[in-house]
Amino acid sequence: MTKLYSKKSTIILFILPAFILFVAILVAPIFASGYYSLFNWNGFGKKTFIGLENYRELFTSDSINFMKALGNAMLLAAFSVFIQLPISLGLALLLGRGGRKGERGFLSIYFIPVLISTVVIGQLWLKIYNPDYGVLNVALRAIGLEKWAKIWLGDEKTALGAAFVPILWQYVGYHMLLMYAGIKSVPPEYREAAMIDGAREGQVNRFIVIPMIKPIIKISTIFAVTGSLKSFDLIYVLTNGGPDHATEVPSTLMISMLFLRNRYGMGSTIAFLLIFLCFFFALLIGFAFRDKEVVA
Amino acid sequence: MAAPLRQKSTPVKEIIVYIILGIWALINLFPVYWMFTFSLKNNEEIFGDNVAGLPKHWLWSNYSEALKTGHMGQYFFNSIVIAVVTIAIVMIFAMMATFALTRMIWKARKTMNAFFMLGLTIPIHASIVPIFTTLSRLGMLDTYAALIIPYAAFSLAMGILICSGFMGDLPIDLDEAACIDGCGTWGIFFRIIVPLMKPAVATVSIYTFLQCWNELMFANIFCGNAHKTLPVGIRNLQGQYMTEWGPIGAALVLATFPTLLFYVFFSKKIQDSFIAGAIKG
Repeated sequence: MTKLYSKKSTIILFILPAFILFVAILVAPIFASGYYSLFNWNGFGKKTFIGLENYRELFTSDSINFMKALGNAMLLAAFSVFIQLPISLGLALLLGRGGRKGERGFLSIYFIPVLISTVVIGQLWLKIYNPDYGVLNVALRAIGLEKWAKIWLGDEKTALGAAFVPILWQYVGYHMLLMYAGIKSVPPEYREAAMIDGAREGQVNRFIVIPMIKPIIKISTIFAVTGSLKSFDLIYVLTNGGPDHATEVPSTLMISMLFLRNRYGMGSTIAFLLIFLCFFFALLIGFAFRDKEVVA
Repeated sequence: MAAPLRQKSTPVKEIIVYIILGIWALINLFPVYWMFTFSLKNNEEIFGDNVAGLPKHWLWSNYSEALKTGHMGQYFFNSIVIAVVTIAIVMIFAMMATFALTRMIWKARKTMNAFFMLGLTIPIHASIVPIFTTLSRLGMLDTYAALIIPYAAFSLAMGILICSGFMGDLPIDLDEAACIDGCGTWGIFFRIIVPLMKPAVATVSIYTFLQCWNELMFANIFCGNAHKTLPVGIRNLQGQYMTEWGPIGAALVLATFPTLLFYVFFSKKIQDSFIAGAIKG
């Protein structure tokens, strides 16, 4: 048996298909993107080596305005962490306590938007925001708030906020589910012991439940921040970065660099920076949470 | 599960809690309800005084319109083919790799496992330019393989993670017994281990299905024409063929109902597949 399971050729045969696929599609392209980012390249012609010129242009050019796109993504990340996650946590705490009627039903309903394709969600919200016939403006007119009705996605002032709402809304259920699973794994004796000592529900949540699900809150925070940096689908469907770049995020900028302007070097630069930022923030958040655990 | 020691909240507080839970449930259900109802209406009803009610005349013709004019049938078929083949590849590759990673004996297996787990955090963005240029050089753009290969690769890490959990629970005695009975490694793998992995197959399939079914960025770039998937087809709907909202709604429903139908029957399983990925990842 040991001999059978130590045979090198068999091991290689079992691991190789996954390994090749993984390296070819996930790992090698990271290096390739890093390499392409040093060139001026239209995708099929000759590449011209320009060193870090793409990076310099990306951060300084007003016409590309990468900082604005990155700023939008960071703003979305901030909204995710400070609005979306607290809503998720609140709902998870309400449901995770147990003993409320319809607990599973509510949980399952809240998770529905996560399962629906973001493109479908986007199309639905396009219709909700439609200036003439959309549910939102129709409802505002119906209750006499006519002047609040707006061209939500077409106005530079409201477009970014209007595009953020569905993004934040869609994944509340996801974070809630993770936190709910965490809360359910807190041993009920802890809760009961605190109750016997006279703790109120709010205190139990604050001093026992939340500290115990900290690892999950950390994961949710990492997902929320890196997900915001990578956000693409809903913005692409709702506004595609417009009007006048008001809702541009790094991913939409990357796509327009690649396929509208044929600037593959610059597109690779944005892709490479995005990967770097995602890893950077994942480590940073991991570090921030580790620190607090030691103090507490 | 009644916990006897739970403090009794005041009835007023409980009512407020239920109102909050109820409002959030409505916010989540309304778009879906609205989608189903307007998929059966004509513009007059949608734009007129019946914005949110049930349709007065159930216009099933919206669906045939979506299938014919909107080509939803074709996109649906493409999405199914891509999802099924991707799931098959992920399953086979992930189970084989997991077998080597959890049961076979070699020095670098911990490192290899950690290497695969990196895949959980790598964004798809990095792959776009290299894969796109490679595919176009090979003349493989707008083929099923152009999406199946990247989708399989990006679901692999999660597949291995989930399979490891299940395969780690299978006692090694099984392998020993089969070995004594004269089974080789392949025999043990295919006859003993794989048949016992059914729960993992379900979880990985659900996860992979949702990844492929809903993915937009790769699909939009690698398969823009004959092999469009549902998300790409839907994204292109607005304004292009249709000014009627009804058929657009029908297209949205067609893209959504397989997922929702599964969800009605396997909600726990589906939720678990999301939790499994996040908690261990």
